[in-house]
Amino acid sequence: MRFSNLIKIALRALNNNKLRCFLTMLGIIIGVGSVITMLAIGQGSKNSIKAQISEMGSNMIMIHPGTGQRGGVRQSSDDMQTLKEEDYTTIHDNAKYVTAISPQVSSSGQFIYGNNNYPSQLQGVSPDYLEIRQLKIAEGSMFTDHDVTTAAKVCVLGQTVVDNLFPNGEDPVGKVVRFNKIPLTVIGVLQEKGTNSMGQDQDDVALAPYTTVMKRVLAIDYIQGLFASAIDENLSEEASAEITALLRTNHKLKDGADDDFNIRTQQELSEMMSSTSEMMTVLLGCVAGISLLVGGIGIMNIMYVSVTERTREIGLRMAIGAKGRDILAQFLIESVIISITGGVIGVLLGCLAAWMVNLFAHWPVQVQLSAILLSFTVCTVTGVFFGWYPAQKAANLNPIDALRYE
Amino acid sequence: MTDREIIKITDLRRNFRVGDETVHALRGLSFTIHEGEFVTIMGTSGSGKSTLLNILGCLDIPTSGDYLLDGISVQKMSKPQRATIRNRKIGFVFQNYNLLPKTTSIENVELPLLYNATYNARQRKERAIRALEAVGLHDRLYHRSNQMSGGQQQRVAIARALVNDPVIILADEATGNLDTRTSFSILTLFQELHARGRTIIFVTHNPELADYSSRNIVLRDGKIISDTINESPASAREVYESLPKEED
Repeated sequence: MRFSNLIKIALRALNNNKLRCFLTMLGIIIGVGSVITMLAIGQGSKNSIKAQISEMGSNMIMIHPGTGQRGGVRQSSDDMQTLKEEDYTTIHDNAKYVTAISPQVSSSGQFIYGNNNYPSQLQGVSPDYLEIRQLKIAEGSMFTDHDVTTAAKVCVLGQTVVDNLFPNGEDPVGKVVRFNKIPLTVIGVLQEKGTNSMGQDQDDVALAPYTTVMKRVLAIDYIQGLFASAIDENLSEEASAEITALLRTNHKLKDGADDDFNIRTQQELSEMMSSTSEMMTVLLGCVAGISLLVGGIGIMNIMYVSVTERTREIGLRMAIGAKGRDILAQFLIESVIISITGGVIGVLLGCLAAWMVNLFAHWPVQVQLSAILLSFTVCTVTGVFFGWYPAQKAANLNPIDALRYE
Repeated sequence: MTDREIIKITDLRRNFRVGDETVHALRGLSFTIHEGEFVTIMGTSGSGKSTLLNILGCLDIPTSGDYLLDGISVQKMSKPQRATIRNRKIGFVFQNYNLLPKTTSIENVELPLLYNATYNARQRKERAIRALEAVGLHDRLYHRSNQMSGGQQQRVAIARALVNDPVIILADEATGNLDTRTSFSILTLFQELHARGRTIIFVTHNPELADYSSRNIVLRDGKIISDTINESPASAREVYESLPKEED
């Protein structure tokens, strides 16, 4: 028996019942289509979260003072004053895995220009901060290390602050705004970044040299935190270990003593957020998988009916020389053809649906090759698996009984 | 008729178990059919003629006794081997035609060759066309089975039985579903095939048909009660031509 002959036989048989064939396929089409669409939506949202995180700087490391005990009383981390400027210089000078580092001190207050005022945060940072947070200057320039040394009264404004202080579209660069009572010369404007995935306005910010904020605004001698960049995303572990070691030496912590600071990498955050969307993907995938299963049962049902209906035909085929395994192969091939054709149409339809979701609902989608391969494999397996029982039944028919079947 | 023995059965028995009872369908049949014979096998229902036909057609195996088909012993064969024997040596014609629905004549006739890997697509088509020409359907090659009359469908079925060039054609009540005139046209076709040297076994319960064959075997209760040679069979064509054409 030639395999090509078997395919020809199966195709002719399917051709005789086009409508039924199509209806059976529909189950698989919907199943595969929904798997593709659901996984595309899941993957799309995962990707957009990832993109947003890497916008913030995926290799970013945040160091904050840790909660600690002072005489048995637990302190809030805001009150801890464990991080000093020399911690910054130590890391800046010694850490190998860190490409950029900036201290961070912040103060909320009112910005005033002319008769406009706007409440925002003044962040005291070093020029490295731009690189760490992936910020860009749209107009003017960033302050320099020299401004940091001299605690210059300069600032760089975020777009939201600019919009509120200069509603008439004046050029803010070179103007003097006041933060609380301190006059600061605007030397630059940050490029707009929009809201982040948490819904925070990333443009509602103003930057000034950290020395300016420490000495002139807050009058403190400690820093509230440090931002650093690891060489790349995969080296953030090493970088944070290195920083931990340097800080422990600096703080003269004994072995076994708790760290008096916290290090968080952006990677942890991104893992946390992508695990949420991963769960959603799995959930959507499950729902779609169930519809694929239902489609498979549809195939089995139809193949079963078709075996019964075609009993006489099977008897005839056996009488003219078909072996049991030829009949088995014929019915298996029929169900595999149904499921694979359904799978192909389903993949196309799924891609189309994903594209429409993107077009009309503006959800981020990404059709994955792995999802296509997966659902393709699944539907072939479905065809064989659910076609097997009816095919076996057909192959085991007694030709005499089958020929006389009414 | 030549000396080549197409079918040789000796003391053929077939028992069926129905519940606790054993039914003896065939009780020791022996006969030999030579190449070129046109044998009718007759009997009322329950005489065992269907059981005999199933065994002769290698669809069933005897409980005891020998069956040689074209010199090959059949009863020891496995199921797949018997399927191959059916494919190469036997042509079946059934009462209800058993054509594939919605399928063209050519495709129906090609069917046995699809289960024989030695033919390629071109050879299959050639042989199918030749078989259809042999039954007078050269102008119905691409008609579908549901577009044809009963007589035409039976001709397609006969072409299908001829296409693998079998040593024997087994017809089971092949005229049972047809009106008298069409019956005689089919019978004429069988006589023509016989005249061209085909070996035919025609199983029927209709005693009239014995006049048109070269040999008649009558079964009753699983035994042969008569086996007669008909030296001068009547011509089915004459009867066919004498019958009035149906006026619609």
